[in-house]
Amino acid sequence: MEKTVNQKAWFLVLPVLVLVSFSAIIPLMTVVNYSVQDSFGQNQFFWAGLVWFEDILTSERMHSALGRQALFTGIILVIQVPLGIFVALNMPKSGFWSTFCLVTMSLPLLIPWNVVGTIWQIFGRVDIGLLGYTLDAIGIDYNYTQDALDAWITLIVMDVWHWTSLIALLAFAGLKSIPDAYYQAARIDQASRWKVFRYIELPKMSGVLTIAILLRFMDSFKIYTEPFVVTGGGPGNATTFLSIDLVKMALGQFDLGPAAAFSIMYFLVILAISWVFYTVMTNLDKQGGV
Amino acid sequence: MARNGTSRFNGSTVVMGLYLLFLMLPVYWLVNMSLKTNDEILSAFTLWPRDLTFANYATILTDASWYMGYVNSIIYVTLNTVISITVALPAAYAFSRYSFVGDKHLFFWLLTNRMAPPAVFALPFFQLYSSVGLFDTHIAVALAHTLFNVPLAVWILEGFMRGVPKEIDETAYIDGYGFGRFFVKIFMPLIASGIGVAAFFCFMFSWVELLLSRTLTSVDAKPIAATMTRTVGASGVDWGVLAAAGVLTILPGALVIYFVRNYIAKGFALGRV
Repeated sequence: MEKTVNQKAWFLVLPVLVLVSFSAIIPLMTVVNYSVQDSFGQNQFFWAGLVWFEDILTSERMHSALGRQALFTGIILVIQVPLGIFVALNMPKSGFWSTFCLVTMSLPLLIPWNVVGTIWQIFGRVDIGLLGYTLDAIGIDYNYTQDALDAWITLIVMDVWHWTSLIALLAFAGLKSIPDAYYQAARIDQASRWKVFRYIELPKMSGVLTIAILLRFMDSFKIYTEPFVVTGGGPGNATTFLSIDLVKMALGQFDLGPAAAFSIMYFLVILAISWVFYTVMTNLDKQGGV
Repeated sequence: MARNGTSRFNGSTVVMGLYLLFLMLPVYWLVNMSLKTNDEILSAFTLWPRDLTFANYATILTDASWYMGYVNSIIYVTLNTVISITVALPAAYAFSRYSFVGDKHLFFWLLTNRMAPPAVFALPFFQLYSSVGLFDTHIAVALAHTLFNVPLAVWILEGFMRGVPKEIDETAYIDGYGFGRFFVKIFMPLIASGIGVAAFFCFMFSWVELLLSRTLTSVDAKPIAATMTRTVGASGVDWGVLAAAGVLTILPGALVIYFVRNYIAKGFALGRV
């Protein structure tokens, strides 16, 4: 749609601007402020320059937390995106069962995150949990509080359980928008199932899928509550992701300077990657693909 | 062709059956546990409650410090949804209809707030709201959650508004409608489903968030999700009550889904298909 140039539109954006500035810019400036100062307590601060940034950039702790975070986000995207598309392709298109699937699949999305953690914490326990008990009974040595690999598997399965439906629902919305005529044309051309998917379904889904991937990337990179409840970052530091490490540093040890420098770099990493996604997405929009 | 169709249908049923089973198993286990006594939970492994009890639910529903958690959560979630939608509507209209200096940058800047990790903001928020005297109030949590809900609401609403032809605006202005009256009387009904979807997402993200709501409250506005930590006492964990509290936090979400069930498919496309 052609947009009219109208500078007065700024007035319409003003409420959002004021509100978001209050809840974003002021706190963010506090963080920036802390990141360049040091404190001996009693609210006495002095200029520290870029010391904290150097510290954090060279610290083993930040590197390993970032590594774990990237690995986690990578794994869950690789599992959730194809699985979500696969589920969407298999969903009933209309009628009672379609609604039934939609409602059931939305359920995990609306469970408070710490309850998601609690559910899986209980579910995986060897003594009282269905999953842990069953695995133990069939002779698999499974204990997510002791074994790092088990903890990782538990968290990944939990995240797949929690969020695959979001991708499936978005992909399903994309699929529903394809007119029947497209499929009929494909049938006349005797296109294979794969070709129908590749040349009809996938292009139609690409717009919503990019949104899905962007949302999943942002949210999994910020993950805190669920792993905190299930493993508390352990065993050892095996599942200490960026947010868990940051909260430990800021609210646990009250190391404001390093924590603030950590925050800023954390934010910048997310920002950079999201910007790439966003650019790709708006380009797709412009091509009229969506 | 028909043969092919049937076999695909069966395959799909199996896939969906397995997937839904995977989704429901942990929830079933939680419900199952919430209906057992602690003795049964710890001493025996049973697939359904052998001696069925509602005592765990009774504990929660009769104790003010428990059920006020639900009330608090619902208050700040509602406040947040109302604030987010109210400020997002005019902004989304501006983004969908006009181009103005810095519009693209502003839009991306808004989105960056959706990307910000709550962990980054936890401490500064705590200090900010303490210093303006809003600590431990519902409005503090509601305002804090606008940080990621307003950008999302603008984004969703903008998508829906783009689908409304501009001729409608122009015709209304020619007919003598002022901006305010046009917006409320004509435009908002046209994007009603979009407003519903945006409200749903605001509700969802405010309801499930814990880190900020826990940091910003202590007693008066404490959310239910934070109250749940009480079940860990000196004598160990009260598993039955913990499970019952968990089940009760799922219910509001389930109710909301039930009401919007016919809009989910279109809604999740965020107006972009």
